[in-house]
Amino acid sequence: MSKQTPLYQEHVQLGAKFTSFAGYAMPVSYTSINEEHKTVRQAVGLFDISHMGEIIVEGYAALAFLQYVTCNDVSKLIQGKIQYSCLMNEQGGTVDDLLIYCLEPSKKYLLVINAANTDKDFAYLLQHSRAFDVQLKNISEQTILLSLQGPAAMSLAQKFTSENLDLPYYSFKKVKWFNHEEVLIGNTGYTGAGGIEIFFKHEDDFTVRVWRELLSEGRSFNIKPIGLAARDTLRLEMGFSLYGHELSDSISPIEANLGKFVKLYKESFIGKIHLEKLHLTGVDRKLAGFELVEQGIPRQGYEVYSDKQKLIGSVTSGTFSPSLNKPIGICMIATAYTPTGSTIYLKIRDKFVKGIIVSYPFINKNTKL
Amino acid sequence: MNIPQELKYTKEHEWIIIEGNIGTIGITDFAQKELGDIVYIDINSLNKTLKAGEIFGTVEAVKTVSDLYLPMSGKIVAFNTELQQHPEFVNNDPYKTGWIIKIELTQLTEQQSLLSAEQYKNII
Repeated sequence: MSKQTPLYQEHVQLGAKFTSFAGYAMPVSYTSINEEHKTVRQAVGLFDISHMGEIIVEGYAALAFLQYVTCNDVSKLIQGKIQYSCLMNEQGGTVDDLLIYCLEPSKKYLLVINAANTDKDFAYLLQHSRAFDVQLKNISEQTILLSLQGPAAMSLAQKFTSENLDLPYYSFKKVKWFNHEEVLIGNTGYTGAGGIEIFFKHEDDFTVRVWRELLSEGRSFNIKPIGLAARDTLRLEMGFSLYGHELSDSISPIEANLGKFVKLYKESFIGKIHLEKLHLTGVDRKLAGFELVEQGIPRQGYEVYSDKQKLIGSVTSGTFSPSLNKPIGICMIATAYTPTGSTIYLKIRDKFVKGIIVSYPFINKNTKL
Repeated sequence: MNIPQELKYTKEHEWIIIEGNIGTIGITDFAQKELGDIVYIDINSLNKTLKAGEIFGTVEAVKTVSDLYLPMSGKIVAFNTELQQHPEFVNNDPYKTGWIIKIELTQLTEQQSLLSAEQYKNII
Protein backbone atom coordinates (compact mmCIF):
# COMPACT_ATOMS: atom_id res chain seq x y z
CA MET A 1 0.00 0.00 0.00
CA SER A 2 1.42 3.34 -1.05
CA LYS A 3 1.76 6.18 1.39
CA GLN A 4 -0.13 9.36 0.62
CA THR A 5 0.59 12.98 1.35
CA PRO A 6 -2.10 14.73 3.44
CA LEU A 7 -3.25 16.46 0.24
CA TYR A 8 -3.98 13.19 -1.60
CA GLN A 9 -7.75 13.76 -1.66
CA GLU A 10 -7.22 17.23 -3.12
CA HIS A 11 -5.26 15.68 -5.98
CA VAL A 12 -7.98 13.10 -6.57
CA GLN A 13 -10.60 15.84 -6.74
CA LEU A 14 -8.45 17.76 -9.22
CA GLY A 15 -8.45 14.72 -11.49
CA ALA A 16 -4.77 13.84 -11.09
CA LYS A 17 -3.19 10.78 -12.64
CA PHE A 18 -1.02 9.10 -10.02
CA THR A 19 2.31 7.36 -10.04
CA SER A 20 4.19 5.53 -7.34
CA PHE A 21 7.26 7.50 -6.32
CA ALA A 22 9.44 6.80 -3.28
CA GLY A 23 6.62 4.75 -1.80
CA TYR A 24 4.06 7.53 -2.22
CA ALA A 25 1.10 7.76 -4.55
CA MET A 26 2.00 11.09 -6.13
CA PRO A 27 0.21 13.17 -8.79
CA VAL A 28 2.15 12.69 -12.03
CA SER A 29 -0.01 15.16 -13.95
CA TYR A 30 -3.43 16.80 -13.69
CA THR A 31 -4.13 17.85 -17.26
CA SER A 32 -1.25 17.76 -19.72
CA ILE A 33 2.48 17.72 -18.98
CA ASN A 34 3.16 20.33 -21.64
CA GLU A 35 0.49 22.65 -20.33
CA GLU A 36 1.70 22.26 -16.76
CA HIS A 37 5.28 22.84 -17.85
CA LYS A 38 4.37 26.03 -19.73
CA THR A 39 2.25 27.25 -16.84
CA VAL A 40 5.31 27.20 -14.58
CA ARG A 41 7.52 28.91 -17.17
CA GLN A 42 4.97 31.60 -18.02
CA ALA A 43 2.64 32.02 -15.01
CA VAL A 44 2.68 30.07 -11.74
CA GLY A 45 2.30 26.45 -10.69
CA LEU A 46 1.71 24.77 -7.33
CA PHE A 47 3.41 21.50 -6.39
CA ASP A 48 2.69 19.27 -3.41
CA ILE A 49 6.11 17.82 -2.63
CA SER A 50 5.32 16.78 0.94
CA HIS A 51 6.82 13.39 0.19
CA MET A 52 10.26 14.97 0.49
CA GLY A 53 12.27 14.35 3.64
CA GLU A 54 13.07 16.88 6.36
CA ILE A 55 15.54 16.25 9.16
CA ILE A 56 16.46 18.63 11.97
CA VAL A 57 20.07 18.51 13.16
CA GLU A 58 20.49 20.23 16.51
CA GLY A 59 23.15 20.45 19.19
CA TYR A 60 26.49 22.01 20.10
CA ALA A 61 28.27 19.97 17.46
CA ALA A 62 25.67 20.43 14.71
CA LEU A 63 28.05 22.45 12.56
CA ALA A 64 31.01 20.10 13.07
CA PHE A 65 28.79 17.13 12.29
CA LEU A 66 27.45 18.60 9.05
CA GLN A 67 30.96 19.67 8.04
CA TYR A 68 31.95 16.03 8.43
CA VAL A 69 29.12 14.40 6.45
CA THR A 70 28.64 16.94 3.63
CA CYS A 71 31.02 18.22 0.94
CA ASN A 72 30.14 21.94 0.98
CA ASP A 73 31.32 24.43 3.63
CA VAL A 74 28.50 24.70 6.16
CA SER A 75 30.45 27.28 8.21
CA LYS A 76 29.64 29.82 5.51
CA LEU A 77 25.93 29.55 6.25
CA ILE A 78 24.51 32.40 8.26
CA GLN A 79 21.06 32.45 9.79
CA GLY A 80 18.36 32.57 7.16
CA LYS A 81 20.54 31.24 4.36
CA ILE A 82 20.29 27.99 2.44
CA GLN A 83 23.07 25.86 0.95
CA TYR A 84 23.06 23.12 -1.68
CA SER A 85 25.30 20.19 -0.78
CA CYS A 86 25.76 16.43 -0.88
CA LEU A 87 26.01 13.76 1.79
CA MET A 88 29.11 11.75 1.02
CA ASN A 89 30.13 8.13 1.41
CA GLU A 90 33.67 6.87 2.11
CA GLN A 91 34.26 6.12 -1.59
CA GLY A 92 33.46 9.68 -2.63
CA GLY A 93 30.04 8.64 -3.94
CA THR A 94 26.89 10.57 -3.17
CA VAL A 95 24.51 9.33 -0.48
CA ASP A 96 22.09 12.12 -1.37
CA ASP A 97 21.98 15.72 -2.49
CA LEU A 98 20.22 18.13 -0.19
CA LEU A 99 19.48 21.66 0.91
CA ILE A 100 20.69 22.83 4.32
CA TYR A 101 18.71 25.62 5.99
CA CYS A 102 20.56 27.45 8.77
CA LEU A 103 18.00 27.89 11.55
CA GLU A 104 20.56 28.86 14.19
CA PRO A 105 24.23 29.21 13.20
CA SER A 106 26.38 26.28 14.33
CA LYS A 107 23.53 24.84 16.43
CA LYS A 108 20.43 24.06 14.42
CA TYR A 109 19.88 23.16 10.77
CA LEU A 110 17.06 21.82 8.63
CA LEU A 111 18.04 19.30 5.96
CA VAL A 112 15.71 18.85 3.00
CA ILE A 113 16.39 15.54 1.31
CA ASN A 114 15.06 13.32 -1.45
CA ALA A 115 11.94 11.33 -0.60
CA ALA A 116 13.42 8.11 -1.98
CA ASN A 117 16.41 8.51 0.36
CA THR A 118 14.77 9.63 3.59
CA ASP A 119 15.23 6.33 5.43
CA LYS A 120 18.71 5.73 4.01
CA ASP A 121 19.84 9.27 4.90
CA PHE A 122 18.43 9.14 8.41
CA ALA A 123 20.17 5.82 9.11
CA TYR A 124 23.41 7.20 7.66
CA LEU A 125 23.19 10.38 9.73
CA LEU A 126 22.38 8.46 12.90
CA GLN A 127 25.32 6.15 12.38
CA HIS A 128 27.79 9.00 11.92
CA SER A 129 26.29 11.20 14.63
CA ARG A 130 27.45 8.96 17.48
CA ALA A 131 30.76 10.78 17.77
CA PHE A 132 29.08 14.19 17.85
CA ASP A 133 26.96 16.02 20.38
CA VAL A 134 23.90 16.31 18.13
CA GLN A 135 20.29 15.22 18.07
CA LEU A 136 18.54 14.23 14.87
CA LYS A 137 14.84 14.48 14.34
CA ASN A 138 13.10 13.12 11.27
CA ILE A 139 10.10 15.43 10.81
CA SER A 140 9.25 14.27 7.27
CA GLU A 141 5.89 12.72 8.10
CA GLN A 142 4.37 15.79 9.76
CA THR A 143 5.90 18.37 7.43
CA ILE A 144 4.04 19.80 4.46
CA LEU A 145 6.17 21.14 1.65
CA LEU A 146 4.55 23.09 -1.16
CA SER A 147 6.46 24.61 -4.02
CA LEU A 148 5.07 27.67 -5.76
CA GLN A 149 7.04 28.25 -8.94
CA GLY A 150 6.86 30.66 -11.85
CA PRO A 151 7.21 34.36 -12.64
CA ALA A 152 3.98 35.17 -10.75
CA ALA A 153 4.82 33.09 -7.67
CA MET A 154 6.00 35.97 -5.47
CA SER A 155 3.06 38.24 -6.29
CA LEU A 156 0.64 35.45 -5.48
CA ALA A 157 2.35 34.40 -2.25
CA GLN A 158 2.48 38.00 -1.08
CA LYS A 159 -1.33 38.01 -0.90
CA PHE A 160 -1.18 35.63 2.04
CA THR A 161 1.07 37.53 4.37
CA SER A 162 1.73 41.16 5.28
CA GLU A 163 5.44 40.40 5.70
CA ASN A 164 7.72 41.19 2.80
CA LEU A 165 8.56 38.02 0.83
CA ASP A 166 11.15 39.70 -1.34
CA LEU A 167 13.91 37.28 -0.31
CA PRO A 168 17.32 36.91 -1.93
CA TYR A 169 17.90 33.58 -3.74
CA TYR A 170 18.74 30.74 -1.36
CA SER A 171 17.39 32.60 1.68
CA PHE A 172 14.45 31.86 3.90
CA LYS A 173 12.38 33.35 6.65
CA LYS A 174 9.51 32.47 8.90
CA VAL A 175 6.35 34.42 8.21
CA LYS A 176 2.72 34.37 9.35
CA TRP A 177 0.51 32.90 6.61
CA PHE A 178 -3.02 34.34 6.69
CA ASN A 179 -1.25 36.59 9.26
CA HIS A 180 -1.55 34.01 12.00
CA GLU A 181 0.08 30.62 11.27
CA GLU A 182 3.85 30.36 11.09
CA VAL A 183 5.31 28.91 7.92
CA LEU A 184 8.87 28.83 6.62
CA ILE A 185 9.38 30.34 3.17
CA GLY A 186 12.52 29.53 1.19
CA ASN A 187 13.51 31.21 -2.05
CA THR A 188 14.63 28.08 -3.86
CA GLY A 189 13.11 25.72 -6.36
CA TYR A 190 13.78 22.99 -8.83
CA THR A 191 12.37 24.57 -11.97
CA GLY A 192 14.49 27.60 -12.84
CA ALA A 193 11.29 29.62 -13.07
CA GLY A 194 11.76 31.36 -9.71
CA GLY A 195 9.48 31.14 -6.74
CA ILE A 196 9.31 29.80 -3.23
CA GLU A 197 8.97 26.66 -1.19
CA ILE A 198 6.59 26.70 1.77
CA PHE A 199 7.13 24.46 4.82
CA PHE A 200 4.73 24.02 7.70
CA LYS A 201 3.57 21.47 10.21
CA HIS A 202 0.63 19.47 8.96
CA GLU A 203 -2.73 20.26 10.53
CA ASP A 204 -5.77 19.00 8.63
CA ASP A 205 -7.73 22.21 8.16
CA PHE A 206 -4.78 24.50 7.73
CA THR A 207 -3.01 22.29 5.18
CA VAL A 208 -6.07 22.01 2.94
CA ARG A 209 -6.83 25.69 3.33
CA VAL A 210 -3.34 26.78 2.26
CA TRP A 211 -3.52 24.52 -0.82
CA ARG A 212 -7.03 25.54 -1.84
CA GLU A 213 -6.57 29.25 -1.31
CA LEU A 214 -3.35 29.30 -3.32
CA LEU A 215 -5.25 27.71 -6.18
CA SER A 216 -8.29 30.00 -5.87
CA GLU A 217 -6.35 33.25 -5.35
CA GLY A 218 -4.03 32.08 -8.09
CA ARG A 219 -6.78 31.93 -10.70
CA SER A 220 -6.16 35.52 -11.74
CA PHE A 221 -2.52 34.51 -12.36
CA ASN A 222 -3.59 31.40 -14.35
CA ILE A 223 -2.26 29.02 -11.73
CA LYS A 224 -2.34 25.25 -12.18
CA PRO A 225 -1.44 22.38 -9.89
CA ILE A 226 1.66 20.68 -11.30
CA GLY A 227 2.55 16.99 -11.18
CA LEU A 228 5.85 15.16 -10.97
CA ALA A 229 6.12 14.68 -14.75
CA ALA A 230 6.35 18.42 -15.43
CA ARG A 231 8.58 18.81 -12.37
CA ASP A 232 10.96 16.46 -14.17
CA THR A 233 10.89 18.24 -17.55
CA LEU A 234 11.31 21.60 -15.78
CA ARG A 235 14.34 20.50 -13.76
CA LEU A 236 15.90 18.78 -16.74
CA GLU A 237 15.75 21.93 -18.88
CA MET A 238 17.78 23.58 -16.10
CA GLY A 239 20.17 20.62 -15.91
CA PHE A 240 19.44 20.13 -12.21
CA SER A 241 20.57 16.73 -10.95
CA LEU A 242 18.01 14.17 -9.89
CA TYR A 243 19.22 11.56 -7.43
CA GLY A 244 19.03 8.09 -8.97
CA HIS A 245 19.78 9.62 -12.37
CA GLU A 246 22.67 12.11 -12.29
CA LEU A 247 23.75 11.21 -8.75
CA SER A 248 24.04 7.92 -6.89
CA ASP A 249 26.07 6.08 -4.29
CA SER A 250 28.62 5.37 -7.03
CA ILE A 251 28.68 8.83 -8.66
CA SER A 252 30.80 11.56 -7.09
CA PRO A 253 29.68 15.20 -7.16
CA ILE A 254 32.79 15.97 -9.23
CA GLU A 255 31.72 13.56 -11.97
CA ALA A 256 28.28 15.18 -11.77
CA ASN A 257 29.76 18.64 -12.53
CA LEU A 258 29.01 19.74 -8.97
CA GLY A 259 32.67 20.38 -8.16
CA LYS A 260 31.95 23.94 -7.06
CA PHE A 261 30.00 22.53 -4.12
CA VAL A 262 32.96 20.37 -3.04
CA LYS A 263 35.20 22.30 -0.64
CA LEU A 264 38.46 20.38 -0.45
CA TYR A 265 40.00 23.02 1.84
CA LYS A 266 37.75 21.73 4.64
CA GLU A 267 39.72 19.92 7.35
CA SER A 268 38.28 16.46 6.92
CA PHE A 269 35.01 15.06 5.74
CA ILE A 270 33.71 11.72 4.57
CA GLY A 271 35.00 10.82 1.13
CA LYS A 272 37.50 13.71 1.03
CA ILE A 273 40.48 11.49 0.15
CA HIS A 274 38.71 10.10 -2.91
CA LEU A 275 37.45 13.49 -4.01
CA GLU A 276 40.96 14.95 -3.71
CA LYS A 277 42.25 12.19 -5.92
CA LEU A 278 39.55 12.82 -8.53
CA HIS A 279 40.31 16.52 -8.34
CA LEU A 280 44.03 15.93 -8.97
CA THR A 281 43.88 13.21 -11.60
CA GLY A 282 40.71 14.36 -13.31
CA VAL A 283 37.67 12.17 -13.84
CA ASP A 284 37.42 9.34 -16.36
CA ARG A 285 33.76 10.00 -16.91
CA LYS A 286 31.40 12.86 -16.28
CA LEU A 287 28.00 14.25 -17.08
CA ALA A 288 27.38 16.06 -20.33
CA GLY A 289 24.27 17.60 -21.83
CA PHE A 290 23.14 16.68 -25.31
CA GLU A 291 20.38 17.24 -27.80
CA LEU A 292 19.33 14.84 -30.52
CA VAL A 293 19.65 16.04 -34.09
CA GLU A 294 17.65 13.08 -35.41
CA GLN A 295 14.21 12.02 -34.27
CA GLY A 296 13.87 10.09 -31.05
CA ILE A 297 13.37 10.62 -27.35
CA PRO A 298 16.27 9.88 -25.00
CA ARG A 299 15.49 7.86 -21.86
CA GLN A 300 17.52 6.88 -18.82
CA GLY A 301 19.71 3.83 -19.47
CA TYR A 302 20.04 4.16 -23.25
CA GLU A 303 23.60 3.39 -24.35
CA VAL A 304 25.75 6.21 -25.73
CA TYR A 305 28.34 5.57 -28.49
CA SER A 306 31.06 7.81 -29.90
CA ASP A 307 30.69 6.33 -33.36
CA LYS A 308 28.49 3.39 -34.10
CA GLN A 309 30.86 0.96 -32.37
CA LYS A 310 32.45 2.39 -29.27
CA LEU A 311 30.30 2.40 -26.15
CA ILE A 312 31.18 5.45 -24.03
CA GLY A 313 28.42 5.63 -21.42
CA SER A 314 24.70 5.92 -20.93
CA VAL A 315 21.85 8.40 -20.65
CA THR A 316 21.01 9.50 -17.09
CA SER A 317 17.93 11.58 -17.98
CA GLY A 318 16.17 12.49 -21.17
CA THR A 319 12.98 14.07 -22.35
CA PHE A 320 11.35 16.10 -25.05
CA SER A 321 11.86 19.68 -23.88
CA PRO A 322 8.53 21.53 -23.94
CA SER A 323 10.27 24.93 -23.93
CA LEU A 324 12.77 24.17 -26.70
CA ASN A 325 10.55 21.76 -28.59
CA LYS A 326 13.35 19.26 -29.06
CA PRO A 327 14.76 16.12 -27.44
CA ILE A 328 17.35 16.87 -24.74
CA GLY A 329 19.16 14.85 -22.13
CA ILE A 330 22.11 14.33 -19.83
CA CYS A 331 24.51 11.42 -20.14
CA MET A 332 27.41 10.03 -18.12
CA ILE A 333 30.18 9.38 -20.64
CA ALA A 334 33.95 9.08 -20.96
CA THR A 335 35.45 12.53 -20.35
CA ALA A 336 37.21 12.59 -23.74
CA TYR A 337 33.83 12.83 -25.48
CA THR A 338 32.31 15.61 -23.37
CA PRO A 339 33.52 18.78 -25.18
CA THR A 340 30.63 20.83 -26.55
CA GLY A 341 29.97 20.03 -30.18
CA SER A 342 31.09 16.38 -30.00
CA THR A 343 28.92 13.95 -31.92
CA ILE A 344 27.38 11.03 -30.03
CA TYR A 345 24.98 8.26 -30.99
CA LEU A 346 22.23 6.92 -28.77
CA LYS A 347 21.13 3.37 -29.24
CA ILE A 348 17.35 3.59 -29.21
CA ARG A 349 15.88 0.12 -29.58
CA ASP A 350 17.39 -1.20 -32.84
CA LYS A 351 18.91 1.98 -34.25
CA PHE A 352 21.51 4.66 -33.68
CA VAL A 353 20.21 8.19 -33.29
CA LYS A 354 22.64 11.06 -33.69
CA GLY A 355 23.11 13.67 -30.99
CA ILE A 356 25.43 16.52 -30.19
CA ILE A 357 26.99 17.50 -26.86
CA VAL A 358 25.72 20.88 -25.65
CA SER A 359 26.22 22.78 -22.41
CA TYR A 360 23.49 22.93 -19.82
CA PRO A 361 21.28 24.58 -18.46
CA PHE A 362 19.49 23.98 -21.74
CA ILE A 363 17.45 27.14 -21.28
CA ASN A 364 18.56 30.55 -20.10
CA LYS A 365 17.10 34.00 -19.74
CA ASN A 366 17.25 34.51 -23.49
CA THR A 367 15.18 31.44 -24.26
CA LYS A 368 11.79 32.45 -25.55
CA LEU A 369 9.30 30.75 -23.26
CA MET B 1 -14.32 8.24 -23.42
CA ASN B 2 -14.77 8.28 -27.17
CA ILE B 3 -15.09 4.77 -28.69
CA PRO B 4 -16.63 5.01 -32.18
CA GLN B 5 -19.00 2.18 -33.06
CA GLU B 6 -17.76 1.71 -36.62
CA LEU B 7 -14.17 0.80 -35.62
CA LYS B 8 -12.59 -2.48 -34.48
CA TYR B 9 -10.18 -2.59 -31.55
CA THR B 10 -7.32 -4.57 -30.03
CA LYS B 11 -6.70 -5.14 -26.35
CA GLU B 12 -3.42 -3.22 -26.86
CA HIS B 13 -5.56 -0.13 -27.61
CA GLU B 14 -5.16 0.17 -31.37
CA TRP B 15 -8.16 0.78 -33.63
CA ILE B 16 -8.62 -0.21 -37.27
CA ILE B 17 -11.16 0.67 -39.92
CA ILE B 18 -11.34 -1.50 -43.03
CA GLU B 19 -12.27 -0.18 -46.48
CA GLY B 20 -11.88 -2.81 -49.18
CA ASN B 21 -8.54 -4.45 -48.47
CA ILE B 22 -7.03 -1.33 -46.87
CA GLY B 23 -6.97 -0.90 -43.10
CA THR B 24 -6.34 2.44 -41.41
CA ILE B 25 -4.83 2.12 -37.95
CA GLY B 26 -4.36 4.39 -34.95
CA ILE B 27 -4.48 4.33 -31.17
CA THR B 28 -7.61 4.84 -29.09
CA ASP B 29 -8.75 7.85 -27.14
CA PHE B 30 -8.13 5.83 -23.96
CA ALA B 31 -4.54 5.09 -25.06
CA GLN B 32 -3.69 8.71 -25.86
CA LYS B 33 -5.08 9.83 -22.50
CA GLU B 34 -3.00 7.23 -20.67
CA LEU B 35 0.15 8.19 -22.56
CA GLY B 36 -0.28 11.93 -22.09
CA ASP B 37 1.43 14.41 -24.40
CA ILE B 38 2.71 12.51 -27.43
CA VAL B 39 5.91 13.95 -28.88
CA TYR B 40 7.08 11.47 -31.50
CA ILE B 41 5.73 8.55 -33.52
CA ASP B 42 8.47 6.21 -34.71
CA ILE B 43 7.41 3.96 -37.59
CA ASN B 44 10.14 1.61 -38.80
CA SER B 45 7.90 -0.75 -40.74
CA LEU B 46 6.93 1.19 -43.85
CA ASN B 47 6.73 -1.15 -46.89
CA LYS B 48 7.27 -4.16 -44.65
CA THR B 49 4.89 -7.08 -44.42
CA LEU B 50 4.08 -8.02 -40.84
CA LYS B 51 1.78 -10.41 -39.05
CA ALA B 52 -1.06 -9.48 -36.72
CA GLY B 53 0.33 -8.78 -33.24
CA GLU B 54 3.78 -7.73 -34.46
CA ILE B 55 5.23 -4.36 -33.48
CA PHE B 56 4.99 -1.80 -36.28
CA GLY B 57 6.38 1.20 -34.41
CA THR B 58 6.49 3.05 -31.14
CA VAL B 59 4.83 6.08 -29.73
CA GLU B 60 6.85 8.34 -27.46
CA ALA B 61 5.11 10.50 -24.90
CA VAL B 62 6.94 12.94 -22.63
CA LYS B 63 6.96 10.45 -19.81
CA THR B 64 6.84 7.06 -21.46
CA VAL B 65 7.30 5.02 -24.61
CA SER B 66 4.86 2.40 -25.87
CA ASP B 67 5.02 -0.15 -28.68
CA LEU B 68 2.38 -0.22 -31.41
CA TYR B 69 0.93 -3.62 -32.34
CA LEU B 70 -0.52 -4.45 -35.71
CA PRO B 71 -4.21 -5.45 -35.40
CA MET B 72 -4.17 -7.48 -38.66
CA SER B 73 -1.54 -8.95 -40.99
CA GLY B 74 -0.46 -7.11 -44.11
CA LYS B 75 1.92 -4.72 -45.80
CA ILE B 76 2.37 -1.25 -44.31
CA VAL B 77 1.75 1.04 -47.29
CA ALA B 78 1.41 4.49 -45.75
CA PHE B 79 2.45 6.50 -42.69
CA ASN B 80 0.65 9.67 -41.69
CA THR B 81 3.58 12.03 -42.31
CA GLU B 82 1.58 14.93 -40.83
CA LEU B 83 2.41 13.38 -37.46
CA GLN B 84 6.11 14.17 -37.93
CA GLN B 85 5.28 17.85 -37.51
CA HIS B 86 2.14 17.38 -35.41
CA PRO B 87 2.37 14.35 -33.12
CA GLU B 88 -0.24 16.08 -30.95
CA PHE B 89 -2.88 15.16 -33.56
CA VAL B 90 -2.88 11.72 -31.90
CA ASN B 91 -3.87 13.36 -28.61
CA ASN B 92 -6.34 15.83 -30.03
CA ASP B 93 -8.04 13.73 -32.67
CA PRO B 94 -6.98 10.06 -32.36
CA TYR B 95 -9.59 8.68 -34.79
CA LYS B 96 -9.31 11.20 -37.63
CA THR B 97 -6.26 13.42 -38.21
CA GLY B 98 -4.35 11.28 -35.71
CA TRP B 99 -4.40 8.09 -37.79
CA ILE B 100 -0.98 6.45 -37.91
CA ILE B 101 -0.59 3.92 -40.74
CA LYS B 102 -2.44 2.31 -43.64
CA ILE B 103 -2.00 -1.35 -44.35
CA GLU B 104 -2.81 -3.61 -47.28
CA LEU B 105 -4.57 -6.50 -45.58
CA THR B 106 -3.65 -10.05 -46.42
CA GLN B 107 -5.92 -11.94 -43.97
CA LEU B 108 -9.35 -10.31 -43.98
CA THR B 109 -10.77 -13.09 -41.81
CA GLU B 110 -8.60 -11.86 -38.93
CA GLN B 111 -11.10 -9.10 -38.28
CA GLN B 112 -13.36 -11.63 -36.61
CA SER B 113 -10.94 -11.87 -33.68
CA LEU B 114 -10.86 -8.10 -33.13
CA LEU B 115 -12.93 -6.37 -30.47
CA SER B 116 -16.12 -4.47 -31.13
CA ALA B 117 -16.61 -1.03 -29.59
CA GLU B 118 -18.73 -2.65 -26.89
CA GLN B 119 -16.14 -5.33 -26.10
CA TYR B 120 -13.33 -2.78 -26.04
CA LYS B 121 -15.29 -0.56 -23.68
CA ASN B 122 -15.56 -3.47 -21.26
CA ILE B 123 -11.79 -4.01 -20.99
CA ILE B 124 -10.77 -0.43 -20.26
